[in-house]
Amino acid sequence: MSSPSATPTKGKRTRGSNPPTPTQSEPVVFMKLMVVINGEICCSLPAPLNEIDMSSPLTYGTPSSRVEGTPRSGLRGTPVRQRPDLGSVRKARQVDLHSDHANGPEAPASEHSVGQKLVIWGTDVNVGTCKEKFQINVVGDPVLNVNCEHLQSFDADLYRQLIAYPQEVIPTFDMAVNELFFERFPDSVIEHQIQVRPYNALKTRNMRNLNPEDIDQLITISGMVIRTSQLIPEMQEAFFRCQVCAFSTRVEVDRGRIAEPAVCRNCNTTHSMALIHNRSIFSDKQMIKLQESPEDMPAGQTPHTTVVYAHNDLVDKVQPGDRVNITGIYRAVPIRLNPRQSNVKSVYKTHIDAIHFRKTHEKRLHGLDEEAEEKLFTEERVRTLRELAAKPDVYERLSSALAPSIYEHEDIKKGILLQLFGGTRKDFSQTGRGGFRAEINILLCGDPGTSKSQLLQYVYNLVPRGQYTSGKGSSAVGLTAYVMKDPETRQLVLQTGALVLSDNGICCIDEFDKMSDSTRSVLHEVMEQQTLSIAKAGIICQLNARTSVLAAANPVESQWNPKKTTIENIQLPHTLLSRFDLIFLMLDPQDEAYDRRLAHHLVSLYYQSEEQLEEEFLDMAMLKDYVAYARSYIEPRLSEEASQALIKAYVDMRKIGSGRGMVSAYPRQLESLIRLAEAHAKVRFSDKVETIDVEEAKRLHREALKQSATDPRTGFVDISILTTGMSATARKRKEELAQALKRLIQSKGKVPTMKYQQLFDDLRAQSDVAITKDMFEEALQALTDEDYLTVTGKTVRLL
Amino acid sequence: MPTVHDWINNPLGIVEDIFAQSNCSPDWETKVLEYFKEKLKDNEAASWVPSLNDVPVHYLKANSLVKFRCFIQDMFDPEFYMGVYETVDPSSKSKVLRSGKYKDVAECGHQVDLNTKNAVTLERQTFYCVPIPGESPWVKESYSCSNPARVVPSTSYAPCRHKRSYEEDEDMETQPHKQKEQLAGPQGTTDIHGSGDPKRLETEAPSSLSNAASGCSSPLDLNFPLPGEKGPACLVKVYEEWELFKVNDILEVYGILSVDPVLSVISEDKDSSLVDPMDCTESVEEQRVHCPPASLVPRLHMLYAHRLQHNNPLLPPAASEASSGFLNDVVSVRGELLGYLTHVLLGDALAAEYLILHLISTVYARRDVLPLGKFTLNLSGCPHNSTYTEQLYRVIQQLIPSSFRLGMSLHNMNNLRLVPRKDYTANRLLSGVLQLAPNTSLFLDETQLEQGQLDSTGVRNITALGNLISWQKVDYDFNYHQMEFPCNINVLIASEGKSLLPCDCHVRLQPQLAPPNLEQYISTIQVSLSPSLLNKFRIYLSLLRTLDYSISEEVTKAVEDDFVEMRKDDPQSISAEDLHRLLVVARLLSLSVGHTTLSRDRWMRAKHLETLRTNRTEQQKCVNGNEP
Repeated sequence: MSSPSATPTKGKRTRGSNPPTPTQSEPVVFMKLMVVINGEICCSLPAPLNEIDMSSPLTYGTPSSRVEGTPRSGLRGTPVRQRPDLGSVRKARQVDLHSDHANGPEAPASEHSVGQKLVIWGTDVNVGTCKEKFQINVVGDPVLNVNCEHLQSFDADLYRQLIAYPQEVIPTFDMAVNELFFERFPDSVIEHQIQVRPYNALKTRNMRNLNPEDIDQLITISGMVIRTSQLIPEMQEAFFRCQVCAFSTRVEVDRGRIAEPAVCRNCNTTHSMALIHNRSIFSDKQMIKLQESPEDMPAGQTPHTTVVYAHNDLVDKVQPGDRVNITGIYRAVPIRLNPRQSNVKSVYKTHIDAIHFRKTHEKRLHGLDEEAEEKLFTEERVRTLRELAAKPDVYERLSSALAPSIYEHEDIKKGILLQLFGGTRKDFSQTGRGGFRAEINILLCGDPGTSKSQLLQYVYNLVPRGQYTSGKGSSAVGLTAYVMKDPETRQLVLQTGALVLSDNGICCIDEFDKMSDSTRSVLHEVMEQQTLSIAKAGIICQLNARTSVLAAANPVESQWNPKKTTIENIQLPHTLLSRFDLIFLMLDPQDEAYDRRLAHHLVSLYYQSEEQLEEEFLDMAMLKDYVAYARSYIEPRLSEEASQALIKAYVDMRKIGSGRGMVSAYPRQLESLIRLAEAHAKVRFSDKVETIDVEEAKRLHREALKQSATDPRTGFVDISILTTGMSATARKRKEELAQALKRLIQSKGKVPTMKYQQLFDDLRAQSDVAITKDMFEEALQALTDEDYLTVTGKTVRLL
Repeated sequence: MPTVHDWINNPLGIVEDIFAQSNCSPDWETKVLEYFKEKLKDNEAASWVPSLNDVPVHYLKANSLVKFRCFIQDMFDPEFYMGVYETVDPSSKSKVLRSGKYKDVAECGHQVDLNTKNAVTLERQTFYCVPIPGESPWVKESYSCSNPARVVPSTSYAPCRHKRSYEEDEDMETQPHKQKEQLAGPQGTTDIHGSGDPKRLETEAPSSLSNAASGCSSPLDLNFPLPGEKGPACLVKVYEEWELFKVNDILEVYGILSVDPVLSVISEDKDSSLVDPMDCTESVEEQRVHCPPASLVPRLHMLYAHRLQHNNPLLPPAASEASSGFLNDVVSVRGELLGYLTHVLLGDALAAEYLILHLISTVYARRDVLPLGKFTLNLSGCPHNSTYTEQLYRVIQQLIPSSFRLGMSLHNMNNLRLVPRKDYTANRLLSGVLQLAPNTSLFLDETQLEQGQLDSTGVRNITALGNLISWQKVDYDFNYHQMEFPCNINVLIASEGKSLLPCDCHVRLQPQLAPPNLEQYISTIQVSLSPSLLNKFRIYLSLLRTLDYSISEEVTKAVEDDFVEMRKDDPQSISAEDLHRLLVVARLLSLSVGHTTLSRDRWMRAKHLETLRTNRTEQQKCVNGNEP
């Protein structure tokens, strides 16, 4: 590649010796005409690029001049629009091409199979769709977006030419499209002539790879917009008038410069021509600064930036903060010689003339935009992922790859793994229940220093849309959203908090127990409805917060008290607790074998070399990709057996309790089971939830329950600890006490009132278990509720 | 030996020669690099090269070879330049191919033909480099003393004097005030073609400096990470393998100095930028940052650079070379150092022991998010409202190559920028205090903490410090997103009670003696220390960081048994976290005596130390009651 200014010469040479491909091969190019009507309909028009009149100069903008005589009235009225994004048109005009007419064959009829909303734009016109097309043409943007990938699969040579000489090839495309269009719809009126916008050029993806060889070529890069300038009016055509004789002339811009006429052609006065600004033609231009997206960057380096110019209707299409894919022509501004200086700065300034913007979103976990997602995984990567998925022990492998520096806690890691994958999103809004949550929420509670925070930190680093907050340091608004005055625009803007930012990700909340009650209460809505309602400063809205919550809590007494229930230990409202699918206890097991393994693990952490460990575990990147792939492509559904197994599991769970007169499962637990089973199916890359998934879900659920919902008094699993905050035995005990108290009072005979203290002492004397004042009061309260007695001050009165 | 001077004095001439000889074959670039690498291999030869760290820019000759010990603060966008271009002599119409490499400007006394086929566009990367932040004065002094570019006897240069510019004269007379006198008189003539007008440069550089000092209303912010830093900032142009370098690396760069005033003229000449419509790509702020006047921020075209493992002038660049000889008397040096630090810590030997461990700690590996080897020390019990912490910092600063003391006063926490932030208007990374080179010591002085309220900046700063200590990473603020930069900073917290920041190890200072005048006491200790011993300490602390370490199977087993045993007696006595700390202490303890493997004895000793330390904290708890 020679210097940038030398390229046009080269381009011309190639063109002269090598006529454009469309005329040679059978030119049926399938192009997507992405004409959007009110943002709804997309049309795919397979368009044969034939019948390009190559004999005429590239006056693609004014085909009417070439088709005189043909009755195309609509065509003549269509204004030409200059394409500043392609640079000077004049250069293209100089291209001398062979006259070469080629008549493409009729497009095969099979092309009709392009679906309902699609019309075929080929030689074989489907008349029935004409009307539709007419509408399209009237209201839509006269822009034809061409996916370069399609072009490449059609004709690699044409693609190569497009990449190498976009400045020349795109006008020919424009020409072909306009000709075809006006041939088909002679009467249509559009804003200006159709412009072709290629996108998705495979040339360059990453800003870091740009090098001098890319200059003047068509490239596609991804990045983030960091700054946009004001609109810059750029002169396209200057209008000069002679101040002596009022003779006027127009001068076109050539490579960013206007050659001021030195002499008036009419009266021959020198330096009499003056520029008349408001009769000159200007086009819109905007400078955009694009920065490398953080994912593309090698560690330890700062991001690169590139200047992009947007022209005409691309101006103001993007905002700072947007992630975009930009297709455009990479330019280097040639060095200008300054006659006043003997030396010149030898650095070129570079920029990109944007032809096409495509907004992308950071959806590494949830892909909705299929095309963007495709690029994330190369075929090779997908193959490795699939291979991994086919292994029987993939579940164990992945869970051990999760935070390898944290020892054991296998089930917790498995739970977090399932949380990463999530369930399948279901929509029951038809039947009035709204969406079912697919996200799995997990609470870790346990002794301080059991690496809960480390686990949270790991998860936060693993997921692309993770947020890490500490319960101590976050307020309700910090979690949800707050309204503030923008310092620049003085307008009220909604600033989103951690929960909204982690939409489609995981929100890690450390020190969950230290959160204030008001803060915690906002979590109720998020954790079940997955939305966030805000009514502040005149802004009333509902934001999506489809986030999984991974929370860690310490016991109130700093050390876990095994004699107390979970609720009593962490003092969280049971309404919130029941929204967690899994609640794990991270306790020091205090058992010798465990200690030994733990010690071994830690010591090896300190002396094993990096390589040794890498062999043992899957690396983090692989895990990331695996999760991302599963989340975007796998949507498991329940199979028949699995549903039966789930039903059975649920019924079993209910049964356990019913024997002792308590309920041990609620529909929420069933939902949790379903989610877990689905997540497990996702781990296996399976589209069906099968019995093994249900088995694992059941096991994990039971494991978590066993840890967190065991009644310390009886040793039985009791779900009501989590759902009502009190174990069934505790409730029973309370009832018994109330009855005992009632009997005691009845045994006293007909006494309308009695002393409070006296009654308490009597009850204590009678009972064989220790009765605290609290218990006594509870019993009294229960009897009051029964309308058996009332308590006033220090006296108890029978009713 | 004219060649010696040529390659230092006129490296561009050599580049041109090699380019001309090669007849446009592409391997001329490697030849150039090999040539200079060969020259610089010789340690002595390398020391002839003047250093930008010691010599002010305006005393250095343009287009000569200089070296710069620096820290990569920011990386700018790559730029395309004319790699090869053709000049046309207007009179004879003869064309000459020239190389644009290692130059900022294409000198063309003749016409440059921009549209020739032979022109080649090449790419280079620009790094914004500043002197190593927090470099101790003794390091600077020692480096500049070892640089004979200032002190070499001038006699050997006599024969080639006509070629030399003023820096040789400077060599003869080391006093700076005389250099200025020399500067006024033009020295001989130069036979260097293509270096512009040296005379003009000589006079212009200082004048533009004074301009900058007096005339310029808003002085250029050189973007040093630490407040109060001095020294030259430099734009280093990198031609090869720039992807190998990272932000926050410390480098020694050998390159061609370019201070061509044209560079500044272009940026300052407002008229010319208005003429050029493409110049609106850069805002005024951006131009100020990316094209600062060359007299203030010189350009350096890199010929050769190597990443420094450390910036201790007493050690050879590859520290492992020195280790074998030094390791023999490691134990005695350690003893001396322990004694010295014990005195400094008012007779507290245990605290001194832990301070040594802290000073030789370094992050040697990372397991997923967990940095291994960090050893943040919290020295509590420092007297409030006294200069003791400051004295302590002075002592530490004397021992290690780079350090910084951050007083955690309310004002500092609420106002300082700790975390670097990207400024999109000027398109640069605004540096923050936490942008430090690896192995820098950060001394957090919590005794300065006073009552008051932290605002949002303050809270963010405290969080950043917490993250730094726990995960050894700093999240740089890129406005739209944050980017994580792993770091390796030794944090030492001096506080009155237990620090509010997390730490790996908390030692309660127990002064054995209470000297009436602290200041005097410390300075007496410092004075009594012989310089040779001080140098030994410095070598000791830098060297031990670089040693490798391993644990044998056998000891692993013993450690495991020990752990199980301890847990059996009392499960509360030792948790996984304690074992983590114990392993680090054992590692550092072994290294501190020069052992690269863990022995049973060392393990027991580590346990003993930990017990002593925890007992002391327990005691404190009993005495103070509510002390956490």
